[in-house]
Amino acid sequence: MAHENQESGAERDLLLALDSITKRFGDLIANKDVSLELHSGEIVALLGENGAGKTTLMNILFGHYVADEGAVTVRSRSGALEVLEPGAPHAALDAGIGMVHQHFTLAENLSGLENIVLGTESLWAGRFSRSKARAKLKKLMETSGLEVDLDVRVSRLAVGERQRVEILKALYRDARILVLDEPTAVLTPQESESLFATIKKLAAQGLGIIFISHKMVEVLGHSDRVAVLRSGEIVADLETSICNRQMLADLMVGHSVETVQRTPGNPGKPFLRLQEVCAGEGREALDHVSLSLRRGEIIGLAGVSGNGQATLQKLISGLQTVTSGSITLEGKPLPAKASAAIKQGVARIPEDRHHDGIVGSLSVASNLVIEEIRRPAYQRFGLLRYGAIKRRAEAAIKAYDIRCPGPRARARLLSGGNIQKIVLARTLDQHPALVLAAQPSRGLDVGATADVHRRLLEARDRGAGVLLISEDLDELFQLSDRIAVIHRGHLSAPVPTEALDKSAVGLMMAGLEPKKEEAA
Amino acid sequence: MIRFEPRENVSSTYAVLVPVIAGIAALALAAIPISAAGADVQGAFIAMAKGAFGSPFAISELLARATPLILTGLAAAVAFKAKLWNIGAEGQLYVGALAAVAVGSGAISAPPYIMIPLIIAAGMMAGGTLMLVPTLLKTKLGADEVVTTLLLNFVVLLFVQMMLEGPMKDPMGMGWPQSEPISAAATLPKMFPRLRVHWGLVIALVSALIVFIIMTRSVWGFEIRATGENVSAARHAGIPVTATYVKVGLVSGALAGLAGVSEVAGLKGYLTADLSPGFGYTGIVVAMLAGLSPLGVVAAAIFIAAVFVGADSMSRAMSVSNYIADLIVALSLLCVLVSGLFVRFKMRFVRPKLPKKKEAEEF
Repeated sequence: MAHENQESGAERDLLLALDSITKRFGDLIANKDVSLELHSGEIVALLGENGAGKTTLMNILFGHYVADEGAVTVRSRSGALEVLEPGAPHAALDAGIGMVHQHFTLAENLSGLENIVLGTESLWAGRFSRSKARAKLKKLMETSGLEVDLDVRVSRLAVGERQRVEILKALYRDARILVLDEPTAVLTPQESESLFATIKKLAAQGLGIIFISHKMVEVLGHSDRVAVLRSGEIVADLETSICNRQMLADLMVGHSVETVQRTPGNPGKPFLRLQEVCAGEGREALDHVSLSLRRGEIIGLAGVSGNGQATLQKLISGLQTVTSGSITLEGKPLPAKASAAIKQGVARIPEDRHHDGIVGSLSVASNLVIEEIRRPAYQRFGLLRYGAIKRRAEAAIKAYDIRCPGPRARARLLSGGNIQKIVLARTLDQHPALVLAAQPSRGLDVGATADVHRRLLEARDRGAGVLLISEDLDELFQLSDRIAVIHRGHLSAPVPTEALDKSAVGLMMAGLEPKKEEAA
Repeated sequence: MIRFEPRENVSSTYAVLVPVIAGIAALALAAIPISAAGADVQGAFIAMAKGAFGSPFAISELLARATPLILTGLAAAVAFKAKLWNIGAEGQLYVGALAAVAVGSGAISAPPYIMIPLIIAAGMMAGGTLMLVPTLLKTKLGADEVVTTLLLNFVVLLFVQMMLEGPMKDPMGMGWPQSEPISAAATLPKMFPRLRVHWGLVIALVSALIVFIIMTRSVWGFEIRATGENVSAARHAGIPVTATYVKVGLVSGALAGLAGVSEVAGLKGYLTADLSPGFGYTGIVVAMLAGLSPLGVVAAAIFIAAVFVGADSMSRAMSVSNYIADLIVALSLLCVLVSGLFVRFKMRFVRPKLPKKKEAEEF
């Protein structure tokens, strides 16, 4: 499919050239001598681990940062190649560069149309002409295949629809270069497919497209060329047709990676029971959810975020109570108090590790003991035992390979993967009976993800029951003994992973009945 | 063009140096209004320094002024560390003083070793209880404590005036709205003969030390810091967030109440409605200047007290209004707030023209 564009490769126009871009933050070199070209009609995937410098590079392109060295050249609307003014987002916009950020930049209280037009109208124009804007957008929707109701407030739109608004916003500004930062992070597999269909259409119309990703499958399936960024440097810039998965993974990480293989589990007796649980409100409400989890097994809960997972996490973390139904752990009701839940052996790996997992301005050591700070091991007569805390921190840093300047370093300064290791160390080292892991590898690189997976399987093999909430089907199929799907607060009955296929689960995540019998 | 980039690590030397520079900058900026007032700038600063440090009497005045500021500064520092914005130290100071007078002006007669702890306990309890109200309103109903604590200041001040005009009015006070004097047994003794500095200073210094130990060495302090820095993660990790706010509120209010006890029993001897020239509010400046560090509060309180005492003395010598003191205090707060920007961010000068190739910039 991608080869149609390559046929005309010889005549393709150069749209954009990044020339020897270097960007430093203090001692850290975020981008080192990066050069990249983009032609009209081309889809380039920018592949790299977290912290490889992908986002920094795109922020330089878009004028959010100023490069220390190097320049960006863009084909201007007049057709000449011109150097882009650094540090000026408006210059980037004027040059026809459109960016769709990972975290959408939409005003939730405005409609799609208003969001798209926002900023394009002169301050002195008085009322803007809705009909003119609407006509232009209608045409854009037809040519691109991006359908969305423009008059609905953004807060009511689903994630996929919001993304379409973002893309339309860029197209409305006559973007000829479209940059998408991790565009599929929040989409179901079906939504991702339709996004890439749109991208192909746009490329066929002559746009140049860069999408940032760390998912090998979509890079291989949907790009013409792939540039691999590692530690701020471009280590490969290749035609996609000559690449394969293993090769890209090795290039991205810099050494060979092994993915964690699940061995058949040895499940024991059910110990966590949810019976007809109703809780929460709105989109996150749970509707008569029942589930029973055995010791020594991992149940994967597949589902797009915002279908009740947040409420389920809060319930099991002891931060919320049920409105009806019951949750029992070893026959006893689960306490609605975080400290009591921890004492009963519930390990919680929160979805938003920066917001709920760590206290960023406290030290690594403090974050490692925060759940157990009142235990006699770490305090005597209410005074902290710094020696014991330091020893615990040093042991955990070693055992979990937490890369940090030391136990006293502020946790905020660590990378996402190392922050997750702090959370893993402090929860799993308490030998929990139940592990609640919410999106445990979201935003982590290949190495850190493998580490998280290995730890979860270890916990399972120690006899813990693991509830894995994830949007990542690869992860779910890799780790889960059984998989259930959550959609609009309903939970399907868990089915052994061997009896499922990914596309059926993908359809169920989107709320559709799979055609195959066994997945129902 | 100037750009601000966040600093990754803030060194502790920097954290100390910046408020010091801010204080000096505030003093330097004060030269503008002083010269505008027609005074000799150099002479004015010398007069200020002499007024604050020039004699045992000056130092005594300085320390007497610093005493309530240390306590209200600690009250603000403890609360702000938990992101509990207690703006009500002024009111808590007055109820603390009111309680001390109620207990210590003849209602009970006992020897000093009973009376002094008694009025201290009464004042701290009163201040803590008053702060409990906005704290519970915040934790139970989500009421913004900035508004509630601030407004309670006015309620308390009117209540104190009512008490001084009514039930607690001194019958021997020649009709002035003032309370009966604190009994001799309940009075905090002077530290040196003929100087006004009193044992309240020692109480304030000990308080600073205790607060320092609580904040840095205890489980409470750990929980307070965690709650203040990231309430959501603290709650997730099982820290009793509501109980932590209540504890912080009680401690903060009690410290401000103690400031009231110290003023009324150490310095004034009786309660009037002008006991405090805004010590509760100035305490906020002290805490911010100290970067919320309990020991830093002592240094900041002494600096602010020196400005007030020095400016008072300078205004007498140079005929410049002593409002200059308020101006310097306000300037130093502004300088500290601005300098906070330099602690957290570093400034880069970026040439707006296109960068030349391979040209390395410093930083």
